[in-house]
Amino acid sequence: MSMIYDEKYETMEREALSQVQLERLQTVLLRAERNVAFYRRAFGERGVRTDRITDLSGLADLPFTTRADLRDSYPYGMFAVPLRDIVRIQTTSGTTGRPVVVGYTRNDIRNWSLCMARILAAGGVSDQDVIQIAFTYGLSSGAFGFHYGAERLGASVIPASSVSVDRQIAVMKDFKTSVLACTPGLALAVASALPGSGIGRVDLALKTGFLGAEPWSEGLRRGLEERLGIAALDIYGLTEIVGPGVAGECPQRSGLHVNEDQFIAETVDPVTLRPVPPGVEGELVLTTIAKEGFPLIRYRTGDLTTIDASPCACGRTTARMKRVTDRLDDMITLGDVKLFPSQVEEALLAVQGVEPHYQIVVDRVAGMDVLEIRVEVSETLPGLDEMRVLQRIEDTAAGRIEAAVGLRPKVTLVEPRGLERATAGKRRPVIDRRER
Amino acid sequence: MLRVRNLRAGYGGVEVLKGVSLHVDAGEIVAIVGANGAGKSTLMAALAGLLRPQAGNVLFEGREIGGKPAHLVAARGCVLVPEGRQAFPDMSVRENLVLGGYLRARRGERTAVREDLGAMLGMFPILGRRLDQAAGTLSGGEQQMLAIARALMARPRLLMLDEPSLGLAPLVVKGIFATIVGLRKAGNTMLLVEQNARLALSVADRGYVMETGRILLSGPAEDLARNRDVQRAYLGKEYRRIDD
Repeated sequence: MSMIYDEKYETMEREALSQVQLERLQTVLLRAERNVAFYRRAFGERGVRTDRITDLSGLADLPFTTRADLRDSYPYGMFAVPLRDIVRIQTTSGTTGRPVVVGYTRNDIRNWSLCMARILAAGGVSDQDVIQIAFTYGLSSGAFGFHYGAERLGASVIPASSVSVDRQIAVMKDFKTSVLACTPGLALAVASALPGSGIGRVDLALKTGFLGAEPWSEGLRRGLEERLGIAALDIYGLTEIVGPGVAGECPQRSGLHVNEDQFIAETVDPVTLRPVPPGVEGELVLTTIAKEGFPLIRYRTGDLTTIDASPCACGRTTARMKRVTDRLDDMITLGDVKLFPSQVEEALLAVQGVEPHYQIVVDRVAGMDVLEIRVEVSETLPGLDEMRVLQRIEDTAAGRIEAAVGLRPKVTLVEPRGLERATAGKRRPVIDRRER
Repeated sequence: MLRVRNLRAGYGGVEVLKGVSLHVDAGEIVAIVGANGAGKSTLMAALAGLLRPQAGNVLFEGREIGGKPAHLVAARGCVLVPEGRQAFPDMSVRENLVLGGYLRARRGERTAVREDLGAMLGMFPILGRRLDQAAGTLSGGEQQMLAIARALMARPRLLMLDEPSLGLAPLVVKGIFATIVGLRKAGNTMLLVEQNARLALSVADRGYVMETGRILLSGPAEDLARNRDVQRAYLGKEYRRIDD
């Protein structure tokens, strides 16, 4: 059973919602201009007069904020309140440079809890549930958003970060976990480890998984649902904006409902940066309209999606964003071929005899870009040691991927559990060895 | 019920309101707080039709009232209790009250108006004891009650209260605000402008913080009351730097 947690804002008429959005946008522009030097300068350079933004279409006149801008402001340059008003600091992972530091006021934490409570309730979570949060409780924000939302709903929270996959499974069984929140990578590791653990699907009370923090394909969703016996729902968010809590799926699975009273979502052409019409894919651009500590104006997320503002059969009126399966950053370019890891994942899911544990290796050999896909064979594969069988699987996989991306890769089969497993962190399925 | 977008207004070429957007839904108390000079009373005057806006929209129950004269705005049900009470001092309490129902009486609702007069005296017993006294002889608190009662005699759809606590003793203010809470329970919709932010936010559902003619913050009243900027603003302190 799923319920609408916050009727007022989740089912508001679009007209009333646009009033709320405009009011809040105007306040955040004023606060950003007054309190954040970066925005004062950015508005000044573009000749933006914040008091002349009189409707939501005025957003298009505002400058973008990029991840580079946030890194340049390290650590506190983008905070809009004094540090003494900040009650929490989180950061992005910072694996590709300086992390982005994000501050939350007490009200920011409350709004974050509210957003996550809405999303979890939409997925059927209530005070009857036991939720196992297997994101990392640390500098990055993932676990905390779930924690606050679940507590707000009165669910029983198990903060299960930084433990092995086997331990996750044991906790899941013994504590009768009904809801699992983790990365798709960890869910996959759990699904793969289950057969060898002596614990069957029937021994688990698991009914729902909330998966996010990295793109995952529809094929992987189907696989996880079948192997874990759950409904697997997608959530969307990013630490720079708030963490998980920007958007989440309702049971209709027709996109992720954006918490539009808190965030304005736009899609823009990643090249021209002009807004694209509803229904056309573009880069997601988010503006926080309720945040106090760390407001962001037109933040370029690097995620590709489409936005649909038509009413949903679930009763919510908030716009839905298509599941993000690709990040602009993850796009791999080989010669004139462009491909996303999600395409490789989808192709591999259709191949008998391999697991969706894979790695994409890009290298340059004698001036030519080459693509190699490493993928684990299934433990259950009969005739695992027969060369002929393995050869046939490699050929099938290479053919499937070629059909999907237009380039035939070299496929290398790896023994079961031969690739590094994601635990609570994100998968890094792409290794690019080319010199930049 | 009330939807304001990008309202600009001022006096003699000086722009006081620099693009104010806000809304009030039926059944809500919405508080507008801000320091002296932020533009709160100008906003009330512009909404009530006492001041002609230079730009923007004021939609009241879906119809534009921006720029309409005060009597038409009041006739639509958008009724102001002005700052400083402004009862007619030489008229009796009864006459002041009857005057509040004047438009309705003219519409032929005489009986209903008479009944409401009784209801007002039930709600404000002190006015019943002063019925034939000149309004000018009432205490400040009594005059504020009279001003509210007079506005209620018009059976407003939206009651706009401008600084109801101004110049009143704390105990009297407490009584006025208890009345406001009671009115809300009875289903009235109110827009409340107050310098006493703590008090206003303690009775309101939502609030807006005004600063130099613009809205700086909005949100649930409890969130605003918890906002450190709001707290500091009413201590008259300014913190700008990150390490303040």
